[in-house]
Amino acid sequence: MVDAPAIPRTEAPPALAKDIVLEAQNLSTHFVYKTRTAKAVRDVSFTLQKGRTLAIVGESGSGKSVTSLSAMRLLGPTGEIAGGSILYRKRDGTVVDLARQSQAAMRKIRGREISMIFQEPMTSLNPLFTVGDQIGEMLLLHERLAAPDIRRRVIEMLNLVEIPGAEQRLDDYPHQMSGGMRQRVMIAMALVCHPALLIADEPTTALDVTIQAQILDLIRRLQRELAMSVLFITHDMGVVAEVADEVAVMYAGEVVEQAPVKDIFAHPRHPYTLGLLASIPNARRDFDAAGARRRLVPIPGTVPSLYAMPPGCAFAPRCPYAVQPCGSPVHLERIAPKHLSRCIRAGEL
Amino acid sequence: MLTYIVKRFVGMAVVMFIVLTVVFVIVRLAPGDPAALMLGPEATPEDAMALRERLGLNRPIFVQYVGFLGQIASGDLGSSLFFNRPVLDVLAGRAEPTVFLSLFSLIIAIVIALPIGLVSAYTRGSLFDQASVSTAMLAASVPSFWTGLLFQQYLATKTGWFPVAGYGGPDADFFDRMRHLILPSVVLGIVNSALILRFSRAAMLDVLSDDFVRTARAKGMSEWRVVLRHALKNALIPIVTVVGLTFALLISGAVVTERVFNLPGIGSLVVGAVLRRDYPVIQGTLIVVAGLYVLINFLVDMLYLAIDPRVKY
Ligand SMILES: Nc1ncnc2c1ncn2[C@@H]1O[C@H](COP(=O)(O)OP(=O)(O)OP(=O)(O)O)[C@@H](O)[C@H]1O
Ligand SMILES: [Mg+2]
Repeated sequence: MVDAPAIPRTEAPPALAKDIVLEAQNLSTHFVYKTRTAKAVRDVSFTLQKGRTLAIVGESGSGKSVTSLSAMRLLGPTGEIAGGSILYRKRDGTVVDLARQSQAAMRKIRGREISMIFQEPMTSLNPLFTVGDQIGEMLLLHERLAAPDIRRRVIEMLNLVEIPGAEQRLDDYPHQMSGGMRQRVMIAMALVCHPALLIADEPTTALDVTIQAQILDLIRRLQRELAMSVLFITHDMGVVAEVADEVAVMYAGEVVEQAPVKDIFAHPRHPYTLGLLASIPNARRDFDAAGARRRLVPIPGTVPSLYAMPPGCAFAPRCPYAVQPCGSPVHLERIAPKHLSRCIRAGEL
Repeated sequence: MLTYIVKRFVGMAVVMFIVLTVVFVIVRLAPGDPAALMLGPEATPEDAMALRERLGLNRPIFVQYVGFLGQIASGDLGSSLFFNRPVLDVLAGRAEPTVFLSLFSLIIAIVIALPIGLVSAYTRGSLFDQASVSTAMLAASVPSFWTGLLFQQYLATKTGWFPVAGYGGPDADFFDRMRHLILPSVVLGIVNSALILRFSRAAMLDVLSDDFVRTARAKGMSEWRVVLRHALKNALIPIVTVVGLTFALLISGAVVTERVFNLPGIGSLVVGAVLRRDYPVIQGTLIVVAGLYVLINFLVDMLYLAIDPRVKY
């Protein structure tokens, strides 16, 4: 598996292993401007199994949000999927390539098949409509329910996401709620039509730690109850440890490693993952036996600019293991049955 | 809510009080003898003396001020020197063309500007967008009297589709009078649509990049619903402001348009009053127009209240 094979552009329905609900294959997403093109996501591949949670982890700017917005096809006027595919298995079993769906077809998928929770709870709700209205709109759109039924379902949903006093909060406007409450409303909105796949883009990043834990518990509980698959995006290895079954690590628009969560923590096989793990604050580990504070180990250097990517491994300029061949292109390769790494020295780590 | 409205009314009263004081100061304390100024150079000192007496100008200034406020508060704006009738009557007799001209042109401006502004923003950078933005700039930079003359020339004189000017004469019925307002309303509407267009476009552009618009799309609704329900309502907040502002500007814009189309409105009245130095009429018009501005402001705030739940009262 030296070169990632180009995807044949046939009209035949794309094939997808039976237990897989979402699979990105060599996805590239660009933002095209008059003078330059930002290659925000480059050759990204990952798989998400039905009913499981795949965490995409990586530092700010690594392309996590762009990857998830590519799957939703909500990239905005400048964004375009430049290559690759995002295969999705619908409820009825048919497989579609999200990268090639029309916007009209996407509208039938969004909200009903795939829902998304956004990173910014404070601004992602419309300030001029009540939260009940905004949650209920999903039922109006996808299930064409009558007003009393909508109200009943919205109250049920608000109870499910543990918003106290649901009957009253229903008529509140977003500005009357805290960030944690708004994120619960976002979750209620995303889940009210029981989607098969939830994309949660850093749903807890904007919230404080105790609220964060509650929201994570909530998502996990709802995932079990509704039998959902979850694509969970975060930059926080602590959160990964809590929610993920599988982990894809992203760096500078590429997936550099994918493996089951225990393998990522026990045997990371990419220098960037090693660096990420070393930079997690951890209350117990941060003090040694004598009670002295251990220093966190930040990764030296900065992420390369989107407009000036090195030709070879994007992490090489910051990598303590870098050697001369790292200057030519490196591909994501299978180094164990369930473990992929984009590092030529993966075996030595 | 009620306390808010009461508070607003108190605020409006304060503004009007300041307006009245300024008007009083300008008219009474202007250099020169107001009576002589009003009567013009041919008046004899005896005439001026008599007028001063009649206007109460010989009393102490403070007494005059209190008397002036009392008079206005009782709804009396004084009497026109030229028409020899109460100013309020004179204004009422001239109000119809101005009120309908302003109203029609505002409606025309909104009907032109809002949809074009929205489509422009939605198709940002497209040919349509570029064309509408440059046309709006052109419309805004052409003086309204010129547009008026052009319209008269091509849509009235040459084709006879619309009356060229005037208000239909003394026995014209309501519909005939309104027919005379079509052309001037279109002219004034076009001129004022430019500002509303630019604001609607900017407001919509702003809103379309907001996170909640992306959320709306993520819910799987049609673009119509995204734009007309989720984006437009948010864009309306700045748009309402500029529409209120435009309405205020229209009142002054009406002066020119009324002259061009020879309409017997408030604009023509004021121009005549200035030429004739009919100070009570000028003063009365100032006060009424200021009152209208304050009222429009209040209505705009009430609209905010209706649109935006975040507005505190
Ligand atoms: N609309 C856009 N136009 C140009 N560049 C963009 C656009 N959106 C994202 N990018 C760029 O793409 C890269 C990846 O952005 P993305 O938002 O996916 O990062 P992220 O991993 O989600 O980071 P964070 O943790 O901060 O959310 C960034 O360098 C960003 O500047
Ligand atoms: Mg992000």
